[in-house]
Amino acid sequence: MDPVNYLYLAALLFTIGAFGVLIRRNAIVVFMCIELMLNAANLTLVAFSRMHGNLDGQIMAFFVMVVAAAEVVVGLAIIVMLYRSRHSASVDDASLMKL
Amino acid sequence: MSALNASPDGAVHNLWTHAAEAPSIEYLQLSPALIVLGAAVVAILVEAFAPRSARYYLQVGLSGLALACGFATTVGLAVGGYATDKAAVVGIGSLSVDGPALFLQGVILVVALVSVGTFAERRLEPVAHGARVDSFAAQPASVPGGEGEQAAIKAGWTTTEIFPLLLFAVGGMMLFPAANDLLTLFIALEVFSLPLYLLCALARRRRLLSQESAVKYFLLGAFSSAFLIFGIALVYGYAGSVQYPVIADVVDGTVQSPSPALAASMSNDVLLLVGMAMILMGLLFKVGAVPFHMWTPDVYQGAPTPVTGFMAAATKVAAFGALLRLLYVVLPGLSWDWRPVMWGVAILSMVVGAVVAITQTDVKRLLAYSSIAHAGFILAGVVAMNDRGISSVLFYLLAYSFVTVGAFAVVTLVRDAGGEATHLSKWAGLGRRSPLVAAVFAIFLLAFAGIPLTSGFVGKFAVFAAAAEGGAAPLVVVGVLSSAIAAFFYVKIIVLMFFSEPAPDGPTVAIPSVLTTGAIAIGVVVTLVLGIMPQYFLDLASTAGVFVR
Repeated sequence: MDPVNYLYLAALLFTIGAFGVLIRRNAIVVFMCIELMLNAANLTLVAFSRMHGNLDGQIMAFFVMVVAAAEVVVGLAIIVMLYRSRHSASVDDASLMKL
Repeated sequence: MSALNASPDGAVHNLWTHAAEAPSIEYLQLSPALIVLGAAVVAILVEAFAPRSARYYLQVGLSGLALACGFATTVGLAVGGYATDKAAVVGIGSLSVDGPALFLQGVILVVALVSVGTFAERRLEPVAHGARVDSFAAQPASVPGGEGEQAAIKAGWTTTEIFPLLLFAVGGMMLFPAANDLLTLFIALEVFSLPLYLLCALARRRRLLSQESAVKYFLLGAFSSAFLIFGIALVYGYAGSVQYPVIADVVDGTVQSPSPALAASMSNDVLLLVGMAMILMGLLFKVGAVPFHMWTPDVYQGAPTPVTGFMAAATKVAAFGALLRLLYVVLPGLSWDWRPVMWGVAILSMVVGAVVAITQTDVKRLLAYSSIAHAGFILAGVVAMNDRGISSVLFYLLAYSFVTVGAFAVVTLVRDAGGEATHLSKWAGLGRRSPLVAAVFAIFLLAFAGIPLTSGFVGKFAVFAAAAEGGAAPLVVVGVLSSAIAAFFYVKIIVLMFFSEPAPDGPTVAIPSVLTTGAIAIGVVVTLVLGIMPQYFLDLASTAGVFVR
């Protein structure tokens, strides 16, 4: 199969993720959409790695996975903390500070 | 083994057939960052094994020592010529140790050293159950106002994890402006961002605001870094490599005998343009330039003030360093495409930052909008695309970071029963009540405004001169106009402090220990020295302002 198709798939996933971040209101779901965007980047990296015939992209994909894992640790800690003090993980409720 | 060797084209990856040679790592040139990151790991072990009572002193000592050693090594490297003659790309092409990198690493280290002082300050909060406490939560995991929090306060706990987090953030910030490939750029960004997200959530007072700021910073920061990594993926697809020099060659079209795949992707400019736009988006988010600035006021307001000071100063230094290297080393061949965009971003940042700041009533939010305007001023130097552009930005970052750390340190001193009194109405008449603190804050405000004899004036003059020389005269006009707008609200605060009656229920000014006093004093000294005798530092910045390629 033409590796370009994987690029289209990745772009689609990235777009879905980006729209999800903008539309969804639950912090956990927003965060999952961000993870989807990171994975779209991974797919792009691996597809380009295949097209160029070098391993840089695949190695980067590993790094991105590790970073995503670290981000989950930090992000869930912060979101759980927010939920415990407000009993809501909605990003709309977190609006004490406004212009 | 033989089956593996017999690949169709005979070109097996040479790791299979030869003993791989260990790459040589230039430990000397990498030592500043290695010291800081090593100390961060040791600090985690301290957190795990040292008794609770000893942790504070161990952590403060260790962080201070590591940052001082890191700074001494950086200065040693610069004196040893690694900033100029011996500037080189090290770490198998992943980092460059050159003038801008060492200069900015030095600035970040001193700012961090000063910030350790403000982080460790324990004289401002009232004594809780016989224990002196700092401005960080007793136990961040406890629910604000709940029983767990009361128990933690009663037990006199403090969050000493702030020091390893600070060290990791500093380590990442040191690598960020030195990154010489896109992978290192991304990793360094995450290494300094993740600790900052956590630090934002740790305030002792107003914990709901603090937690809210952490959530906003985290979600938006992760969103922007997703754009950054997708942009990196697209640029990798365009150039077939993530190394800056290789990408620069491909952008310039000077590649010798490209492979068929590279020849095909090189002809697709969409990959490059979209990818670079996404990478720039990620970096501009970190510097807080309009239209990627929405997080700045909320995060600056909600985060614990020592963290805000550190973050406002050091993040900006690191992110502008990375932005400079990307634009000057990788993308000069594309400058016709990115310069108009950066012009727009610079103009928007200057105008929006200055105009919106006028309406603010909270001193931390006001300083946040001021930092957005300053991001615009620095961008004016960045788009100059000449040698003076680099050196003026370096100088501006040096000047701006110390003013910022000092100003936020002053904000920690003005307090009432609810903690810091950040509402501007509370600051009325502060000059009558404690003239020294008000005078120091006035010096910082004048430096932000760019009044002569302060570092802000020399910095602004340098970036505007560079921009004018680089053919960006309209930017200079907008910059001067928005400086005038900004001067209005800086002076308004000074008038408020000195020429209005103090409110009867006004705030008190806490007497800090030597840690915060030292931070403020360093800020004042640097501001005045850079304002009155800037020549040495201007020369230093212009010597340092050459990128290794």
